[in-house]
Amino acid sequence: MNPFSLFLKRLSILLRRNRFRSELDEEMAFHREQAEKEFIAAGMAPQQAHLSALRQFGNATRVREQSHTFIAFRWETVAQDLHFALRQLLQNSGFALTAIFILALGMGVSVAIFAFVDAALIQPLPYHAPDRLMDVAENGAMHLRSDLSRDDYNDWKRLNHSFSSLEVYGGTGFLLRTPSGSEPVPAARVTDGFFGTLGVRPILGRDFRPGEDRPGGAKIVILTDGVWQRRFGGRTDVVGQSITLDGAAYTIVGVLPRTFEFAPRAIAEFYVPLLDKNVCEQRRGCHNLFGIGRLRDGVTPQAALQEMKAIAAQLAVQYPGSNQGQGAVVQPLSAIILGPVRPVLLTLLAAAGLLLLIASVNVASLLLVRSESRRREVAIRGTLGATPTRLSRQFITEGLLLALAGCFAGLFVSSWTMTILMTLIPTSMAGNLPFLARVGFHLHAAIFAGAIAVLTSALMALIPILRLSFMDIREGLGDGGRSAAGRFWQRIGANLVIVELSVAVVLLVGAGLLGKSFYRLLHVDLGFDASHLASLQMAAPESTYAKPEQKVALLREVTRRLSALPGVESVGITSDLPIQCNCDTDWIRIVGKPFHGEHNEVDERDVTPGYLPTLKARLIRGRLFSEDDDSSKAQKIIINEALAQKYFPGEDPIGKKVANGSLDPKSVREIIGEVGNVREGGLDDDIWPSEYQAMYYSPDNFVAIAVRTAGDEKAILPELIKTLHQVDPNLGTYGEITMTEQINSTQSALIHRFSTWLVGGFAVIALVLGVVGLYGVIAYSVSQRTREIGVRMALGAQRSTVYKMVMRQAGWLTFAGIGIGLACAVGASMLMDKLLFGVEAWDAATLAVVAVVLATASLAASFLPAHRAASVNPTEALRAE
Amino acid sequence: MKKPDLLPGTLDMLILKTLTRAPLHGYGIAQSIKRFSDDVLTVEEGSLYPALQRLLLQGWVKAEWKMTETNRRARFYTLTAAGRRQLGLEVSQFEQMIAAIGRVLSEPA
Repeated sequence: MNPFSLFLKRLSILLRRNRFRSELDEEMAFHREQAEKEFIAAGMAPQQAHLSALRQFGNATRVREQSHTFIAFRWETVAQDLHFALRQLLQNSGFALTAIFILALGMGVSVAIFAFVDAALIQPLPYHAPDRLMDVAENGAMHLRSDLSRDDYNDWKRLNHSFSSLEVYGGTGFLLRTPSGSEPVPAARVTDGFFGTLGVRPILGRDFRPGEDRPGGAKIVILTDGVWQRRFGGRTDVVGQSITLDGAAYTIVGVLPRTFEFAPRAIAEFYVPLLDKNVCEQRRGCHNLFGIGRLRDGVTPQAALQEMKAIAAQLAVQYPGSNQGQGAVVQPLSAIILGPVRPVLLTLLAAAGLLLLIASVNVASLLLVRSESRRREVAIRGTLGATPTRLSRQFITEGLLLALAGCFAGLFVSSWTMTILMTLIPTSMAGNLPFLARVGFHLHAAIFAGAIAVLTSALMALIPILRLSFMDIREGLGDGGRSAAGRFWQRIGANLVIVELSVAVVLLVGAGLLGKSFYRLLHVDLGFDASHLASLQMAAPESTYAKPEQKVALLREVTRRLSALPGVESVGITSDLPIQCNCDTDWIRIVGKPFHGEHNEVDERDVTPGYLPTLKARLIRGRLFSEDDDSSKAQKIIINEALAQKYFPGEDPIGKKVANGSLDPKSVREIIGEVGNVREGGLDDDIWPSEYQAMYYSPDNFVAIAVRTAGDEKAILPELIKTLHQVDPNLGTYGEITMTEQINSTQSALIHRFSTWLVGGFAVIALVLGVVGLYGVIAYSVSQRTREIGVRMALGAQRSTVYKMVMRQAGWLTFAGIGIGLACAVGASMLMDKLLFGVEAWDAATLAVVAVVLATASLAASFLPAHRAASVNPTEALRAE
Repeated sequence: MKKPDLLPGTLDMLILKTLTRAPLHGYGIAQSIKRFSDDVLTVEEGSLYPALQRLLLQGWVKAEWKMTETNRRARFYTLTAAGRRQLGLEVSQFEQMIAAIGRVLSEPA
């Protein structure tokens, strides 16, 4: 018979399934009656004959089932299993919801974290052949990677054969003229081949053409999509229009696509060609540009590095004054872009993976307990004719159903988690992490989620099978599962609990270490008083304030007006605020000390007389700047303690002189004071030697203002901006922030806060799951041993002995879990040492606290079942059998 | 006494053969096979009814409810033309196999 007519026949039977059943039943009843009659005819007593006929016929249900398998569709039994599984789960909705919730949590969190990892580390950067793009930079004695100087770049570009193109970019800012006044805008200066090297084409207009970056070239600008939408309404006629930057007209030649991102200069709104050399670029020793190069086909990064090092060495011979000791670094562009986030993302992914592990183990042990308590049901169904295959299929169906529901719910959890994580990332940080725009449930995340779903489903399906295959039906029927199987469960269940507790320890230790790092980071010695300190950046148009005297006058006026505001105690102006970076450095030489051309690199800050007092920096010796320290006097500097210790060990530096390498008379300046180390670099950076020069000696148009207030420093920020605009409406202001906010939003603080909170959250969940798991095992074991405990007590065992017996079991499991966990935790923490600050992976205090916390929680969780065991009434326990 | 089990795969053939004589109900088929085999072959009820469903589904037998001599409603199975063809096929296959087994067994040791 062909498959199609078979199908039709089955279908017709399906439609009258009830009739089929009743007919079969009637037929079988007839059969038994006939057999019975025959037995009676043979001389058997009617009662006896009835039983014999029944016995001879055997298991009617099985016959029915087997007949059914022939005429039924295969999916019908699956549907049956599903139906029954659903009923089972609904009946135990508490169990089902717990399991689904735990699974969904584990899976959702992992998938969400993976989506971030995917966007940052797995998806390629949105450039043409991104793996051939290299970050090209110099390096010096104190910098692993430092900017290129423009002259060095020109030589590198000319001399190298490794790169098909070698371009540079540098940060800059402009005052953009808008209808409502002047607005400071972040921008980038790039060489003409910058976008071509990345493989990015403007969607509107054109790219920079070769030669357009040369000094004296036309002032042209390319817009980013963001600024095009925000400032120009996305109009297509912007190309060819002119905008005013720093008082000069720039022609818009192109607009970049929306997908364009360039993390090293993520905040830039405008891209302009390099054009004229700025003050820094006049000197070969002044470094302000970073390079990107596209490797030629067949050239390895190592080969390129060797060549660039050779070129750097050649330049060091040629220009010893500026280039001695300057080397080269070549590394993948992705390393620069992703370097800071890679450790935190991988740590979070690992933590999420551990959470998923503990969640799966937890649900697995829940399933185990449940399959234990269903031993009698299984035994009965087996006796009633269910085949072992059919029985295990039932359990697999239930496990799969749970896993499926869990994973499905997990998808929602992952989408919520992603949204929550996104909102947790402050915009100040998100601006520098363009990859965040690519976070979402993409192909990779879908594959990852699928893999997790398959794994958990397999686990959920396998555990009951494993469990069933060890089970003897008769035993199950006989005593409700007490002896051997109880031991079996204890063994598996106990091992699972040890896994759970160990994972919880690893996560707790991780969270503890990260938390401690975070605390250390926020309590690092700043060298100044960060409370009641407000700050903002100010840009003065070069057209109005061209001469040094005009700039000084403006700075004095700004200081005077701001100081007069109510609630303001003092005002200081600087070239760079603290907690920024060890950057804007200078190479110094101590006059009268041996010098061999080495680069003695120090942070250099230009400050007004009020600045150091406003910070409340500690004056160690000498004096601070006064209003008279301007360009009419000899140049003077104040140094920090680190500089004094490094270059004047055991000496009084006051009155000593420093200069640049060539002892240029104009560069010679006298040290008039020494202050404590104000932390100029990031919270987790080393303290560098620093020199403070008088701002009035060489004033600038882009400055930062620090304001010490008596009261709320945040409330005064709008007042500061208003006052500056009263001084001159064309002053640009931006970056207004309190110092506390500034510290909290530094990259290192954000990364630490983020990882601490997340890993901490995971650890708490893990702790709860682990302890609940332990409770489950102990409680189950006690319930299984009720009779044994009854016998013991009947034989004279004291309640304290019973307590001890139960607690000993719990104690052993806890001890094993903590021991294994601590060992793994130290190993795991060493892997994340990049995230640790001021604390070692084997920090004894953290390990001890975690051990105590987990031990306490575990013992508390086991106390309940122990108490129940000790309250067993021997008579009742024995009678219950 | 332990009776030999039915050779696997032969039940369908035995049922079809039994039905060549006359339409029978399930109990009758079992009894008939038992009687004709001189009590050597016993058809387990557990296999008989599933087998009957299979044969019905394949269209080799037809079933209809009739009255027995004792005026009891019973389901009688009748061989169809397709069933007769199938029987011929199975018998010839079976005979080939028996002959083959016989040849192997008669091989002198």
